[in-house]
Amino acid sequence: MAAVDPTSVERGRRAARTGQASDVPTWLQGLPVSWWVVGVILLFMPVVANDFILFQIFGWGFILGMIALSLMFLGGYGGMVSLAQMSIAALAGYMIAILGSSGVQTISLNWPWWLAIPVAIFIAAAFATMIGALAVRTEGIYTIMITLAIAAAFFYFTRQNYTIFNGYTGFANVVPPDLFGINWRRSVPFYYLSLACAVIAYCVVVYVSRSPFGLALQGVRDNPRRMAALGFNVFAHRVFAYTFAGAIAAVAGILMAWQNAQISPGTAGLPAVIDILVIAVVGGMKRPIGPFIGALIYVVLRTFAPDILLTLGLSGDRFKLLIGLGFLAIVYWSPDGVLGLWERWRAHRAKAGDPLTGGGGAP
Amino acid sequence: MSPAASTVEPRSVGDLLNATGSGNALELRGVTRMFGALAALTDVTLTVKPGERRGVLGSNGAGKTTLFNCVTGDFLPTSGTIRLFGEDVTRFPAHERIRRGLRRTYQISLLFGGLTVLDNVYLACRGVSRGRFSLVRPRRNDALMQSAFELIEAVHLSDVAETLVAELSYGQQRQLEIALALAGAPRFILFDEPAAGLSPTERADLVTILTSLPRHIGFIIIEHDMDVALRVAESVSMMHNGRIFKEGLPSEIENDPEVQELYLGGGHG
Repeated sequence: MAAVDPTSVERGRRAARTGQASDVPTWLQGLPVSWWVVGVILLFMPVVANDFILFQIFGWGFILGMIALSLMFLGGYGGMVSLAQMSIAALAGYMIAILGSSGVQTISLNWPWWLAIPVAIFIAAAFATMIGALAVRTEGIYTIMITLAIAAAFFYFTRQNYTIFNGYTGFANVVPPDLFGINWRRSVPFYYLSLACAVIAYCVVVYVSRSPFGLALQGVRDNPRRMAALGFNVFAHRVFAYTFAGAIAAVAGILMAWQNAQISPGTAGLPAVIDILVIAVVGGMKRPIGPFIGALIYVVLRTFAPDILLTLGLSGDRFKLLIGLGFLAIVYWSPDGVLGLWERWRAHRAKAGDPLTGGGGAP
Repeated sequence: MSPAASTVEPRSVGDLLNATGSGNALELRGVTRMFGALAALTDVTLTVKPGERRGVLGSNGAGKTTLFNCVTGDFLPTSGTIRLFGEDVTRFPAHERIRRGLRRTYQISLLFGGLTVLDNVYLACRGVSRGRFSLVRPRRNDALMQSAFELIEAVHLSDVAETLVAELSYGQQRQLEIALALAGAPRFILFDEPAAGLSPTERADLVTILTSLPRHIGFIIIEHDMDVALRVAESVSMMHNGRIFKEGLPSEIENDPEVQELYLGGGHG
C-alpha cells in the first residue's frame, strides 16, 4: 500500500490554493481567501458603518445567528429540530436579569457579573438538557411539536409568573457590566463583543463537529441503530447535544438581554421562536455559517422592508409577508438554504467553465 | 494479516473461563420473539463456547437475522434468557452488550455514508473505549487513531481511508462492515451474510479474514454460500420456521437428507 499521508497531500493542495507561506500554522493555511476577506471586513466594519448598522443590524444579526447556530448544531449534526432554542436563550436572559441587576430591585439579586454570567449559562444549559431528555424520546415532526409545546409553555409561564419572572412587564434596565471602564452597550464595543462571541461559537461548533462527540452525533443522526451496535449510548449522545447547543443559545440570550436592555415574555413569544427556525432554514442547516447568513438576511429584511413597502404604497406592517414569501421560495427551490443555492451556482459555473464537459455547446 | 487491532490486550480463553460461571460465550434459553401473532423465533436454545465458530443456515424467513437482533439487543425477546459470557444480558440495551465484547455486522451494510472510511472505523474504536463524549479532536498519533489505521489495513482499505463511504464500491463497503465489527477487543462476533454480493475473489479474501481471526474470538456466521459457511464454521445449526431443528458438524449437516430436502435441495444453488 502506498504510504501517502493524506493530510500532507491535502495540506499541500490547500496551501497551493490559498498561496500561503509554509511557516503559517496549518490551521491558518486551511482558511480560504474568502475567509480572510470576510474577517477583515468584519474587523474594520466600525470604520465605515454607522452606529445603527453596527448595533441594530450586525449586533442583532450575530445574536440571532448564534441562537440559530444552536439549532443548526442540533438539526444539522444531530438530525433533531428543536423549536425551544429561543426559550433557552430567553431563560439565560432572564437569569442574567434576576441574578445580576435590573430595574426590578425587588427580584434582582445583584450578584457580580463573574458569578451571574456562568450561573445563568449553567441554568439555561440545564433547562436545555431537560428539554432534550424529553424531546429525544420522539422523532421528526413529534420532536418539533414537543419543543414547540415547551416553548409555548415557557412563554405563558413567564407572562403569568410574577414572583420570579415579573410577569407581563419582565425586566427593564438589564445592562452589561462596565468592564474595563467601557460601556458595552455603546455601538462599537457591543459590535465587537457580539462579533467575538459569534466567532467563538462558530469556531467551537466547527471544532466539535470533528471531535469524537461531534462525529458520534453525526453517526447517531445517520444511523442510530448502528451506533448502538458500536457501543454508543444513543440517548445520552442526543441529550448532550441539547446541553451543548443550549450553552451556545444561552450566551446569545445574555447578549440579547443586554442589547435590548430588557427581557420580557415577548422575547421568546411564538413568533420569535418560529423566526429562529426560519433563519436557520433560510441560511442553511448543513454548515455552521448558514445560520449567520440567514440571520443577516432576516435582520436586513426586518429593518428595511417596512421602508421599501411604504415607498411602494403598502403598509409597513407587511414586512412579515416578505419574509414569509422568501421562506417559501427558499424551501421550494433550495431546501438547504441560501448556502445550498450558492453552492449549486458555483458547481454550475465550474461545470460551464470546464472544457471537457463543454461550456455552451449543449447537444 | 492480523485483525487484532485492539487497544485492550485480548484476554486468553482461560481467563474468560475463569471469569464466567457457565464457561459459554453465548447461551440462549427458550428465546421466543413474536411480531404480533407471528413467531419469528420459537423456543430457541443455543450454546456457543468461547472461541467456537458456528454457522447458522436456513432459508429466508427462518429467523436467522431475528436471532442476531435479539442477541445484540436491537430488540428484546418476547420470552427466554440470553447470557453473554455467563452474564444475563436479556434486558441490556445494545450498547451495553457491545461494551462487553459482542460485535455484529449487518446483512445490508449500515454504514455512515457521509463520513470517511477513517471516521467510520475511528467511531467503531471509540464506541468501545472511553471518551465517547470527548470534545477534543483526535490527533493522528493517538492510540485509537493508530488502531483505526491498523484495522483499515487489515481489511485492505488503506488507499481509500480518506474517501467518503458513500463513494466506495459495494465490496469495499462489505469489507468496512467487517472492520467495524473487529474494533476494540471483540470476544464474540455475529456475521450476518458477510459474503452476500461479493465476487469470488472477494469471497476468498473474506474466508482468509475469518479464518485468521485470533483463536479466542468466537463467532456465529449466517451465510447462504455453502463454500464460505462450511469452510469457516466448526459446527452448524440449521434453522427453519424460527426453530433450530438440527445441530452438528459441517460434514454431517451437508449430508443430512432432511437438511438437503429443506435447504440444499431447494434449488438455491
